[in-house]
Amino acid sequence: MLKHNVPREGDVRIPSGCAIAGMMDKSGARHDGNDILKSIALMHDRSNGLGGGFAAYGIYPEYQDLYAFHIMYESKEARTATEAYLDTYFMSEKQERIPTENVKSIKNPPDVWRYFLAPHPVRLNMSELDEDEYTMQHVFHINAVIDGAFVSSSGKNMGAFKGVGFPEDIGEFYRIQDYKAWAWTAHGRFPTNTPGWWGGAHPFTLLNWSVVHNGEISSYDTNRRYVEQYGYDCELQTDTEVITYLFDLLARRHGFSQEMAAHIMTATAWSEIDKMEPERAAFETALRTVYSPALVNGPFSIIVGSDEGLLALNDRLKLRALMVAEKGDMVYLASEQAAIEIICPDAENVRAIDGGVPLVIQLNSVAERKLAESAENRPEQIRPPRHHTGVVPPRRKEVVYA
Amino acid sequence: MLDYILPRYRVERDKDLCIHCGVCERSCANLVHHVDEELDRVTADHIKCVNCQRCVVMCPTRALAITKWPQVGNGSNNWTLDALQDIAKQAQTGAVLLSSMGNPEPFPIYWDHLLLNASQVTNPSIDPLREPMETRVLLGSRPNVLKVNEREHKTITKMPPQIKLDVPIMFSAMSFGSISLNAQMSLAMAAKELGTYFNTGEGGLHKDLEPYADRAIVQVASGRFGVDPHYLNAGAAIEIKIGQGAKPGIGGHLPGEKINEEVSKTRMIPQGTDAISPAPHHDIYSIEDLRQLIFSLKEATRYTKPVAVKIAAVHNAAAIVSGMVRAGADIVVLDGFRGGTGAAPKRIRDNVGIPIELALASADQRLREEGLRSTVSLVAAGSIRSSADVIRAIALGADAVYCASAPLIALGCHQCQDCSSGRCNWGIATQRPDLTKRLNPEIAAQRVVNLIQAWNHEIQEMMGGMGINAIDSLRGNRLMLRGVGLNEKELEILGVKHAGE
Repeated sequence: MLKHNVPREGDVRIPSGCAIAGMMDKSGARHDGNDILKSIALMHDRSNGLGGGFAAYGIYPEYQDLYAFHIMYESKEARTATEAYLDTYFMSEKQERIPTENVKSIKNPPDVWRYFLAPHPVRLNMSELDEDEYTMQHVFHINAVIDGAFVSSSGKNMGAFKGVGFPEDIGEFYRIQDYKAWAWTAHGRFPTNTPGWWGGAHPFTLLNWSVVHNGEISSYDTNRRYVEQYGYDCELQTDTEVITYLFDLLARRHGFSQEMAAHIMTATAWSEIDKMEPERAAFETALRTVYSPALVNGPFSIIVGSDEGLLALNDRLKLRALMVAEKGDMVYLASEQAAIEIICPDAENVRAIDGGVPLVIQLNSVAERKLAESAENRPEQIRPPRHHTGVVPPRRKEVVYA
Repeated sequence: MLDYILPRYRVERDKDLCIHCGVCERSCANLVHHVDEELDRVTADHIKCVNCQRCVVMCPTRALAITKWPQVGNGSNNWTLDALQDIAKQAQTGAVLLSSMGNPEPFPIYWDHLLLNASQVTNPSIDPLREPMETRVLLGSRPNVLKVNEREHKTITKMPPQIKLDVPIMFSAMSFGSISLNAQMSLAMAAKELGTYFNTGEGGLHKDLEPYADRAIVQVASGRFGVDPHYLNAGAAIEIKIGQGAKPGIGGHLPGEKINEEVSKTRMIPQGTDAISPAPHHDIYSIEDLRQLIFSLKEATRYTKPVAVKIAAVHNAAAIVSGMVRAGADIVVLDGFRGGTGAAPKRIRDNVGIPIELALASADQRLREEGLRSTVSLVAAGSIRSSADVIRAIALGADAVYCASAPLIALGCHQCQDCSSGRCNWGIATQRPDLTKRLNPEIAAQRVVNLIQAWNHEIQEMMGGMGINAIDSLRGNRLMLRGVGLNEKELEILGVKHAGE
């Protein structure tokens, strides 16, 4: 049975088309939301008013060591239940309603709050998880279990602002021009169906990750069933969600660079590998063999945001548009060239992103640090799957026919 | 004792077309046809006909057709004519009924209840003539996580051995003895040409097949025939056969009359003695024993060959598969109840085991729940009839498939279910030199290559339609399947939605 009257994201799988845009200052200088708003607004016709949103990095410098949770509530009860849950597992430094503007075209917005949190030290210790893993599991719990509550972002010094509407209206609703960020991404959605649910809008986020995506991946179920082996819950059934989890698995848990994670997801063609010298071919073959289910197939263009910067990636056949341009320390990304030129008319080096070749844009400080680091990935200890070790036998999942 | 057995088939000969040339007589090892010079007519002893259709194909004037014996039963759906005939046979001989090929009974064929997806509007189909369409598969175990040096492009984790398939289809185990050397040679040559593998079955590796040894998966079964260090090291991979879909739970028996000089040398047993493979491996009475055999074989080959373990799809297959992976199997082979055989007790062939579709789906799911699926390869066998079945098997979760009946049909097999007689008119399931010489390995190999290449083209077309350009993205991609005419439980086990959902 469906959990809601109208089938939502997660109850059904909804194909969508989209507009995406991003901008970043590699020096780390922060810019307000006016430009990104202008850029995504130009691509109005690529979305249909059923979803829009923004992710911003560097907006909460005063709380940069705390997890910033943006949570949407559909009811007072949902907020009460969520806050009680957060009180148990986290320590809250500050919590407040996110300031919003009344916008005529935005109907029935949820109550949106933000919390600056640190994991409860004793519970974190008892869980034997690291801070990120601990936080991730509680985000999964809130989204899956508390009816009417949805964590729309949970990273540090970043936040997602999203909802149902055209992206320019959503931006106005959240007053994004009031925030200053060193990286912005934006998304305008063209779903084929009407989920009418704010949580289903994009960017999709997890910890510091945010992903905006245009496309419909044909490898969805292969990718989903792969990440679900490692404890990721694909609740929303969206491509963006599973791509985010793949990045999290490969980059955070397996310790690869983001570029290598993207390379694994758009692996080198066998015909290319066959032409390589043996050692390089063995390397690429090993990646394709071990990470075969992480290959992402079908048309997509994505912009991945993180604390390191932005990463842009196209599918191997380049079946979706994505342009990049530069100006000094600024880098601009958009589905259409016009959306870059409207905010930076004298942008240089304007070009299309190649299929299957990740474009990595790092903060200068991050790039320097990475250069000094080892080029070997440091996977975290992969935990064996949880087994019942208690004294009571596991509950059998049998359907009882009344 | 009067024999109550009736003929199964009737030879229809068009008298106007027949020119009494005698080709049918010379074609038939079962001695059905006879050109009676004195009476100037051609007769048929219908009861000897097994419907192998060799004479029909060979007849230069197309004067022949084989039909069903017209005798009717009493109309009962319970005591059918076939049931009566089986009883008559056993009353006559007191023996276990023997038969060949796969289970022919009208159990559900789940492949035929699974439909494939294609892209429309939101996602473009991919044209395999314009874009690369990758069907390469590597089989072997693999770590969960790879350690690499990204700057130097070097792997730090040592990769376990893998075998590389250019098409996701291999030829299942058929031993020299059960089939002719020419038939094995045909498959070996086709495997080399196609970039895939054939399987020696439990019959050793004949010296004439040594040039194709790098395309062989060498089998170790309960009789251990033909197994020595040279054999193990010659092949590309090793397969421990625990069971076979056509006859789960029982062994094999190659009668002494088939053990001629060549078979005897290859199997390393005396000429003319029965080759009996016991039902269990007598050194494997439990899962921990399997681990010892797996590692003995790995030691014997210095960890350079992947070791596969093959079981028949039985009720608890999913849990057994999980145990096999924990015991160190690099490749797991599941053989469904429709899988073929050269000879099996009919009651076992027709009543034991479960459909591969269900066993495959539940094993794949169980391995995922245990977090093991990405560390091992899974091969499905047991009646893959077309490229669409290959797609379905991979979408349910297989890395590749094994097929044997289809390539044998390409060689000329007409599924007459009489392999055990040793009188195969197509030169496949026989050791009689006059019959085996009918199969020319060069031509036969070309037919198999044609078949598998045609399938691979079709696989690429269907993948392209789904918007997928690498077979990696089809594996376990159950959203690409929809069930028709299946109940909720069947859909749940298969892990697919119903069409229209």
